[in-house]
Amino acid sequence: MSLNVDIQSKLGAFELDVQLRTKAGTTVVFGRSGSGKTSLINAIAGLTTPDQGRIALRDTVLFDAQSGIHVPSHQRRIGYVFQNARLFPHLSVAQNLDFGARFAKEPLSVAERRQMIDTLGIEALLNRRIAALSGGEQQRVALGRALLSVPRLLLMDEPLAALDTARKQEILPYFERLHAQGGPPMIYVTHDMSEIVRLADNIVVLRDGRSVVGGTVEDVLADPANVKLIGVQDAGALVQGIISGHEADGLSTIELSAGQLHVPKIGSPVGAKVRMRIRAQDVILSLSEPKDLSSQNILRARITEIQTGEGPSVAIALRTGSDRLLARITRRALAQMQLEVGQEVWAVLKANAVPPSAIARSENNGVVA
Amino acid sequence: MLSAAELTIVALSLQIALLATVVCLPFAIATAWLLARKEFYGKPLLNIVVHLPLVLPPVVTGYALLILFGKQGPIGGMLETFLGITFAFRWTGAALAAGIMGFPLMVRAIRLGIEAVDKGLEDAAATLGASRSAVFLHVTLPLVTPALLAGTVLGFAKAMGEFGATITFVASIPGQTETLPSAIYTLLQVPGGEDAALRLILLSVAVSILALAVSEVLARRAARKVAGL
Repeated sequence: MSLNVDIQSKLGAFELDVQLRTKAGTTVVFGRSGSGKTSLINAIAGLTTPDQGRIALRDTVLFDAQSGIHVPSHQRRIGYVFQNARLFPHLSVAQNLDFGARFAKEPLSVAERRQMIDTLGIEALLNRRIAALSGGEQQRVALGRALLSVPRLLLMDEPLAALDTARKQEILPYFERLHAQGGPPMIYVTHDMSEIVRLADNIVVLRDGRSVVGGTVEDVLADPANVKLIGVQDAGALVQGIISGHEADGLSTIELSAGQLHVPKIGSPVGAKVRMRIRAQDVILSLSEPKDLSSQNILRARITEIQTGEGPSVAIALRTGSDRLLARITRRALAQMQLEVGQEVWAVLKANAVPPSAIARSENNGVVA
Repeated sequence: MLSAAELTIVALSLQIALLATVVCLPFAIATAWLLARKEFYGKPLLNIVVHLPLVLPPVVTGYALLILFGKQGPIGGMLETFLGITFAFRWTGAALAAGIMGFPLMVRAIRLGIEAVDKGLEDAAATLGASRSAVFLHVTLPLVTPALLAGTVLGFAKAMGEFGATITFVASIPGQTETLPSAIYTLLQVPGGEDAALRLILLSVAVSILALAVSEVLARRAARKVAGL
């Protein structure tokens, strides 16, 4: 699958100017509110018409301002899961699902449909009315409805934003499973890092209506130049590991390419591959091997890049084994420690710095190369 | 209980009001949809024309109908010549007058209903592959049912009670165009007619209350359904 977007649109004082090229898997569109994320996917879905540019899905041109092509929404075969579910209130859950299947060109077989309903855990809801569903249940039904229309591409506009953290954690596994079972390619809009860690293969960052950075999620998150863009609190690289044990004291051990991490107990079994985000601000650097620290997580690392900005802090890219790390330290510390690119250091992080929500089983994401 | 003459009057009134409402409904839905969802040249004009019968004196509307749809009128003459349909001084003419008078009320109610439908739901239906007409038929229309019922009841009530335009256009011919209001009016014009008029007045009150009660029950059911309960 490849989606090619190059559109310009003026919406009042707001200007959208986005270039986007996606491959298979899940592409996360990341940006603050008002950065144009929803405008972008509304244009892809055909719900709005850009002023200029072109949108093509595989070899089908969906929109081309120059030649006047504008394929209407209902002929695009692009599924859309909205932030507020948008289930039809006059229909039951089963009827909402039927509505999705009704216009499909090649509808799912009975077995495929049953499997999908099972994956989403909505079989018990089929006879319910919409008002009787919780927010999380509504989103699962909305996802099922979109999938039954057998879309070539699935758009998700912050589908979990209206839910509390507990509900989010409840639904994310359904999304992951779906992805693992070979669902359609997705464009997933969010500004929630835990969703990115768990779902993203690629990421595009929007700012003020422009696409400023794009690439694999590992590359984009590990680039110190993007720290400000992602947000200094949220920035942090992804690392891959394998769970090697669950200890009696409530910690789990994860084997990385260059050492071990001990983190608060996680649900996945021993042997499971995981990827996790380690926030730049939770990483401390030391010139000598630290001996008397409370932290158990100490990794040998080499500085690959130092990014100084205008602020009081600097972003430092590190390589540890085959993994990358990001650290954010103060400008003063950088000067005192006389850190340079190529230098060997020890990276220290606290066990609590990696909450379970920042860890995802990576087989589900298809990101293990 | 009811005399044959009274039965005729009630039956004729119901017949006229029902025909007027049923024929007007699709046009009212289409007009309401245009006014609620579309921007086009001449929209303000359409809006005014639709609402004219509501603000004009009914006698004026009736006279206009007489001129346009009478035997010598431009439209009435053509309909008579080519389709054999006569409006002047027939019960169909009474239905036409009743329909025209009720039309703006139906449009207003249905338009408000369509405007209240979440456009997001229509967008969602489109992304699922539903064409515009399918969206209207399977999403918009069902969600508008309460407003549709309200509009229909209003139109029906207006048609039942329509007097001025009807009597101007088709007069009050017993068995042909004499509806409840015109019969009551005629009776009140003759000395000693009050008793007979009172019977018809009570009858029309009963019909109105019954229609309201039925519509209330239906509207509640529809509102619950549309709310997803």
